[in-house]
Amino acid sequence: MTDRVRIAIVGSGPAGLSAAARAAQLGLSHLLIEKTDHLSDTIFKYQKGKHVMATPSQLVLRSDCDFEAGKRESILDRWNAQAAEQGVNVAYRCEVKAITGTGDPIPGSIQKIVERKRDGTTDTKEIQRLAPPYRLSLSDGRDIIADAVIMAIGTQGNPNLMRVPGADLPHVQYQLDDPAAYNDEHIFVVGTGDAGIENALGLAADEAQGNAVTILNRSTEFASAKAANVKALMAAAETGRLSIMTEATTAKIEPGFITLDSRDGEVKLKCDRIIARMGSAPPRAFVESCGIEFTSGDRLAFPKLSPVFESTAPGIFVIGALAGYPLIKHCMNQGYDVVEYINGNRDLKPADEPILAAKFAALPEKKSVDQWLEFLRGNVSILEGLSPLQMREFMLDSEVRAYRKGDLIFEKYDPGSSLFGVAQGQALVEVSPTLNVPIDQGSIFGEVGLISGRRRGATVRAGADSIMVEVSRTAALKLMSSNPPAKRAITRISTERQLLQLFGAGLTPADLTEVLDTAEIKTVKAGEHVITEGDTGTDIYVIRVGSMIVEKKIGGKNVFLSYLPAGSYVGEMALISGGPRTATVKATVKSEVIKLNGDAFARLMAAKPALLERARRDMASRQDVNAFIESRKDSFSTVVDMYSETAKFLVDNGIGEATDVLLIDEHLCVGCDNCEKACADSHDGLSRLDREAGRTYAHLHVPTSCRHCEHPHCMADCPPNAIHRGPDGEVFIDDTCIGCGNCQRNCPYGVIRMDSVPPKKPGLLSWMFFGQGPGPGEPSKKWRYKNAEPGVEKPKKAIKCDMCSGIEGGPACVRACPTGAAIRVAPEDFLTVARLDREAN
Amino acid sequence: MATQLSGKAPRRARGEVLHDGFLRHAGFRWLKAATLICILSIASYMLVDVTPRHNGGSWYGYTMGTIGVLLILWLTLLGLRKRAMTRGRWSLKAWTSAHVYLGLSLIVIATLHTGFQLGWNVHTLAYALMMLVILSGLFGITVYATLPAALSNNRAEMTQVQMLDAVRAIDRQLHDAAQPLPHDKAALVRQSLEQDPFGGTLLSRLSGRYPRCATAKAQAALRHWTGDQPDTGNDPLERIDALLERKQAMLARLRRHLRLKALLEIWLYVHVPATFALLAALTAHIVSVFFYW
Repeated sequence: MTDRVRIAIVGSGPAGLSAAARAAQLGLSHLLIEKTDHLSDTIFKYQKGKHVMATPSQLVLRSDCDFEAGKRESILDRWNAQAAEQGVNVAYRCEVKAITGTGDPIPGSIQKIVERKRDGTTDTKEIQRLAPPYRLSLSDGRDIIADAVIMAIGTQGNPNLMRVPGADLPHVQYQLDDPAAYNDEHIFVVGTGDAGIENALGLAADEAQGNAVTILNRSTEFASAKAANVKALMAAAETGRLSIMTEATTAKIEPGFITLDSRDGEVKLKCDRIIARMGSAPPRAFVESCGIEFTSGDRLAFPKLSPVFESTAPGIFVIGALAGYPLIKHCMNQGYDVVEYINGNRDLKPADEPILAAKFAALPEKKSVDQWLEFLRGNVSILEGLSPLQMREFMLDSEVRAYRKGDLIFEKYDPGSSLFGVAQGQALVEVSPTLNVPIDQGSIFGEVGLISGRRRGATVRAGADSIMVEVSRTAALKLMSSNPPAKRAITRISTERQLLQLFGAGLTPADLTEVLDTAEIKTVKAGEHVITEGDTGTDIYVIRVGSMIVEKKIGGKNVFLSYLPAGSYVGEMALISGGPRTATVKATVKSEVIKLNGDAFARLMAAKPALLERARRDMASRQDVNAFIESRKDSFSTVVDMYSETAKFLVDNGIGEATDVLLIDEHLCVGCDNCEKACADSHDGLSRLDREAGRTYAHLHVPTSCRHCEHPHCMADCPPNAIHRGPDGEVFIDDTCIGCGNCQRNCPYGVIRMDSVPPKKPGLLSWMFFGQGPGPGEPSKKWRYKNAEPGVEKPKKAIKCDMCSGIEGGPACVRACPTGAAIRVAPEDFLTVARLDREAN
Repeated sequence: MATQLSGKAPRRARGEVLHDGFLRHAGFRWLKAATLICILSIASYMLVDVTPRHNGGSWYGYTMGTIGVLLILWLTLLGLRKRAMTRGRWSLKAWTSAHVYLGLSLIVIATLHTGFQLGWNVHTLAYALMMLVILSGLFGITVYATLPAALSNNRAEMTQVQMLDAVRAIDRQLHDAAQPLPHDKAALVRQSLEQDPFGGTLLSRLSGRYPRCATAKAQAALRHWTGDQPDTGNDPLERIDALLERKQAMLARLRRHLRLKALLEIWLYVHVPATFALLAALTAHIVSVFFYW
């Protein structure tokens, strides 16, 4: 039996469903083909009650199905109702086996499919593409003829499978819907990504279920999971709720048992259920067999698409996660747009058109959005490799501005992590009051802020009437990860600039060519040595990301010499005066250094006496510190020890990645908690610090309070992108927080709490004289409950220290300390020998 | 040192990190100010000739009295300053420092104001109350200067809530471990569970001694019973003994913690009410002076 439809849609997720709904609204004959017996399987498989988020928030939804953030159940219910209402034609429990053209061969359209074999050889098949209409062979024996096909199958339906004897047994499963459904079982979870860990924790969470849960890890590290999840897993293992087996792989599965290859040989264990969470990938073989080419041979590559999502097979469109857009809103808009296109609507502008038009509205020339995008792409070198689609997405996260000659773009010491591209005109970097370095059209600036997360190093003005693109940090990082040439270009430029700025001394980019050609960017793990005392070597290291400490062995002990923030360089001493390395330099947190070849640098110094002079000066001051410590070691050996130990303690507690941290001197702290009260009274009645908690060494206490990390962990995974670095270097969360709690889980220091704003308190004087309200500080839960506005449930949002930004006078905790115990410090100011001198007195 | 390119904005003055406590604030600025005030007061007292003798009612006495009253009112405002988290470049530490030293200078100012004429009247009552406030304040300075380090050492990175949780956790284990015991022995353990280990008089709180501690009693009795038996390792009493030992240690730490916190706070219970009594007496003093002018 063969049906004929105008559009066949494969996959009923947000993308496919939205496409089908549009087709139904337009009255086009269509069929929505779904593998399972319900719509939108990926969301259906979310854990019960999961909150589904609607990001990016600035994107307008254009679909015949509604969608807003909410519970999994309510979203699915609404979609089911709307699909029925609109007369969407669905074929459930139906899988597409093959899609082949039925028309004439398309001249010159031959697809090469490269198959990689296990032994490393490749096999290339060539297929002649045939013109539409397409024949879709379904698993229920039907054939469908369709003029156009929309592939919206996502990637989740294709989990990586276990490949051991017995992997096809029924107790091996690739998902976990409800952890509470299993009791008194021996369960093995395979895979230590986030999904595996979350499943294992879910199964072991309730002791009453009596499950014996074991999670298997092929290696010893949990590299692919979020740090917060790993921490939770370790904690659960410590309390004995589940066990972790590292360096273990599955060898064989039998009913009731599992056999593992472990470090100690083969072991056979009792096992009632195996949950394999080993990731998913696009079902590439199937997609390729339909005539769709991928952008590269990479396992995670996406199909090649035109701006209207048409693949290399004419008439087959790919949208949604399979096309590289995992966000629900994107998917739904694409479904709508593609069906409109197939229906002949060639003028439909993408849903983001008004947002982009608004961005370009203020520019002096009048051009269409497409013209502007093309203008920017053509004029800014790092954007060259982007497709029009990527360009649109890129511009959603970026700004474009026109500057008149002499206009200020940013000032030295401004915080800012964005990158600028010169699309037209010129920028002038004020290196010194008398020296301006021009940056010409096509190039970029501001990249140091992007990479080191610190303040701007120089003031930049427009050198002519200019148009600049300001790229937010997230957009720039996305650009770099998705576009290797852009990454190389940014890295090279930033390295060059960093060196020019660091060494100054009249260097020009041309002088640095040799040094740059031999330069190498290295990632250093926390605690790893960059330079080891006594080693030979003359290379110079520039700290690009992270921070380092310098230590020297004196009398058999490691003595802390200094702290180096990003933007410092080390290693010149051995190069200038020869001999072995005089101190050890090691990373406090995961860092990146630029390794400069010693010989090349020596030649540069020989050619540039000013640079040599500069390096000598730096070396002299470093030798002064060494000599100072040496001279103190006999008379104040305990003081030196104390200083080293204190520095180590602070570095261990995350000061190495801090930019501003609250410390409490417990020689002075009387425990009045006025700091907490002041914090609460300055911020909606919620305290963002816990004075008493936290580590202490030698009466120096690091309370639970934000350190404003150089590379904030909390920013890593914020769906609405609500966490930013503000004008004083503070990391803060804005009002768009959706309360998902990711930042709280990601913060290694536990300084973020989730809470709702308490009701407003009566004033201080009414409390003092009439006893009204709870008094200064955070109101008690009881008072909050009693005085809550009836019927209004305020959302819980993430709150953390914002360094009292915008409050005149600065951080309230410090201002409100009656004894001077609370101080806020930057690590490079605090960890200096100056303290040693003082403590000796 | 290796050169820094990143240079912080000059938001915070360098050297500020070498912080001072409230006593040393700004190089003893307020100590110097207070000393100067005292010297000036004493010198002027010596130099100004009031006939027949110095007293509160002379022009000099009125001047000193006015200065004293204004100082007292300003000193009282610290309580408000501490709680009103307004914006602006103020520091409570500076206020405390000034409060301490200017408060001490009141001893000189007020004494000179009296002209050493004291008696059994409302005027001397105000003076006595003021001295009480100052003395309690002196006690406060002493404990603020000496106890914080001890408080920090004692808590060993634990918070008060964590300490209480630890005691509760031991209590739960004690409860379980005592199940197999005969009635009389279980009763002792129950006493340790039921007693509020911090109940008792203010004296217990301040001294840290709790002679009626049921945990200590239970352990003493237990030791009495088990003393002459060999430790076989599986006697429930031995397990309870170990638990009681742990509870004792945790209680001792908590009691020290509470004792130190009480000492850091107790003086305020004199200082603040006495201040209000002083304000009342001061009002009576001033009103009566002007009434009988």
